[in-house]
Amino acid sequence: MHPVLKLVIQRLALGCLLLFAATVLIFAGTEILPGDVAQTILGQGATEQALANLRATLGMDQPAVVRYFQWLGNALQGDFGTALTSRQDIATSIGRRLGNTLFLASVAAIIAVPLAIFLGLLAVRYRDRWPDKLISGITLASISLPEFLLGYVLMYVFAVQLGWFPSVSNINDSMSFWQKLNAVALPAMVLTLVVLAHMMRMTRAAILNVMQSAYIETAELKGLRRFTIIARHAMPNSIAPIVNVVMLNLAYLVVGVVVIEVVFVYPGMGQYLVDHVSKRDVPVVQACGLIFASVYIGLNLLADIISILANPRLRHPR
Amino acid sequence: MKGIPISALLGMTITALFFLAAIFAPLIAPYGMSEIIGDVWEPASEAHWLGTDNLGRDLLTRMIYGGRTTIFVASAATLLAFTLGSVLGFMAAVYGGWVDQIMARLNDLVMSIPTLIFALVVLSVMPVTLPILILVMGLLDSTRVFRLSRAVAVDINVMDFVEAARLRGEGQRWIIFREILPNALSPLVAELGLRFIFAILFISTLSFLGLGVQPPMADWGGIVKENREGIVYGIPAALMPAVAIVTLSISVNLVADWALNRTTSLKGGRGG
Repeated sequence: MHPVLKLVIQRLALGCLLLFAATVLIFAGTEILPGDVAQTILGQGATEQALANLRATLGMDQPAVVRYFQWLGNALQGDFGTALTSRQDIATSIGRRLGNTLFLASVAAIIAVPLAIFLGLLAVRYRDRWPDKLISGITLASISLPEFLLGYVLMYVFAVQLGWFPSVSNINDSMSFWQKLNAVALPAMVLTLVVLAHMMRMTRAAILNVMQSAYIETAELKGLRRFTIIARHAMPNSIAPIVNVVMLNLAYLVVGVVVIEVVFVYPGMGQYLVDHVSKRDVPVVQACGLIFASVYIGLNLLADIISILANPRLRHPR
Repeated sequence: MKGIPISALLGMTITALFFLAAIFAPLIAPYGMSEIIGDVWEPASEAHWLGTDNLGRDLLTRMIYGGRTTIFVASAATLLAFTLGSVLGFMAAVYGGWVDQIMARLNDLVMSIPTLIFALVVLSVMPVTLPILILVMGLLDSTRVFRLSRAVAVDINVMDFVEAARLRGEGQRWIIFREILPNALSPLVAELGLRFIFAILFISTLSFLGLGVQPPMADWGGIVKENREGIVYGIPAALMPAVAIVTLSISVNLVADWALNRTTSLKGGRGG
C-alpha cells in the first residue's frame, strides 16, 4: 500500500476512536456529575412522585452504560430524542439551525482565509516596518477582547451610529441570498476579526521560517522582486503549516459562532445550545455538544490529513 | 528592577492597579454594589463618572465590583490550572513510559472537545456557583498547562544536572520540585499571563451567556448582559467592560512578552 494512504487511513481510524471517546466524555459530563438532572429541572420543591416520573421519562432508572449506548445508537441514526422543555423533536430543530450556522461560518471563512494569507504576506514583505506593526497591533487588540464584546463594539459603531447594517441578524427562508448576506454582515465581520489575528500571525511565522533558507537568498541575489520571492518561492514551502492553521481556525470558528449567535440573536445552533443550557434541557445540550465536538474533531482531522498530503517527502517516497 | 523595559513596567503598573482596585473595591467604590441611586441609563455626570446602568445603579461602582469578581474567579481558576497542570505535566515527563502515555492521551481527549462547549455541557447539569465555576474553568484550562509543562519538562529531564541528581539518589519528588520546576519557571510564568487573560475572557463569556456569575453579583460579562438592550438606543454602558478587559489584557500581555523574551534570551546564552 502507498505509505501516504496508510498514514491517512491510520489518522482516520484514530479520529474515529477520538470521536467515540469524545461522545463518552460528553455523555459522562452530563450524567456522572453529582447534580441530579431531574432535581435540577424540577427545582427543590418537587414532590417525590414528580421526580420519579421525570426520571422514568428520561430513562434515568436504567444504568448509565445502557443509556449511553441507547443514546449513541439513536444519535448515529439521526434521532436525538425530544427536547424536555418544548417537547419538539431535536433533530428537526437542529436541522434548520445547522444550515444557518454553517452559512454564517462559511461567509466568515470565505472572507477571513484569503484576507489572512494576504495580510500575512504583506506583514512579511514589510517586516518590522509600519504595515507589519499596524497589522500586529490590530490583531493583538482583537484577541484581547472576548468575541461577544467585539460583537457589541461593532454593533455600536456600524449598526447604531452609522446605521449600515441591521443590529439583529434575523434570517428566514423567504429572504433572498443578498438579504441574508446583509443580515449576517456584522456577525461575519466579528468572526472574521476573531480568527484573522491567529491565522495571520501563523502565516507570517510560517513564511518567515522559510525565509531563512538558502534558496531564498539565491532568489534575492537573482534580483527578483521581494513580493515575488515571498509569494512564489517562500509560500509554496509553507503551505502545510498555513493550511493546518487555517483548518484549526475554521474549527475555532465553529465555537466562536456560539457566542456571536447569542449577541446578534441569530437563529443558529449556538443560540439553541445556550438557550437550552440555561433551561437545563440535557438531551438538547448533549445533541448540540455532540455535533459541535464532531465538527471540531473532523476539521482537526482534516487539517492533519491535508498536512500529510501537502508534504512532498511523504507523497514521493524513495 | 534594572533592565526591565518601559513597556513591561507600564504593564506591571496597570495590572497592579487592577488588582488593587479589585482587593479594595469596597473602599474605593463610590456607592454600594447594588444600591439604586438614580434613573435608568443616566449619562455620565459629576456624581456618576460613567453614568448609571439598566436599573439605575452607578456604573463605575458596578465596574469596580465586577472587576473584583472577574479577577478573583480568573485568578483562582488560573492558579488551580497551573498547580494541577504543571505538577501532572512534570510527573508525566519524569515518570515516562505508560504513565506518560495514558496521561497525555487522556489530555488529548479532553482537549479535542472545544473548551466552551465542554463547559456548557457540564454547566447544564451543575448548579452555577462560584466554586463550581472556578473548578470547571481550572480543570479545563489545566489541560493546556499540562501540555506545555510536559513539553518543557521532557527537555529538562534529559539534562546532565537531572541525571546527576538521579545518580545522587534523589527521589522523584526532589527531581520534580527542585530540579525541573526552577528551570521550567520562566516559560510557565509567560504562559501564566496568557492563561489568566484567557480565563478573564472565558468567565466574561460565560457570564454574558448567563451561565457564569449570577446576579445580583456584578462581573464584567454580566454588565454587558444587563446593559445590552441599551446598545440599540446608542447607550454605550455595555461597552465599558470592553475598555477594562482590553486595558488589563494588553498590560498582562506586555509583562508576559517580556517574561517570554527573557526566557528565549536565556536559551540563547546557553549556547545556541
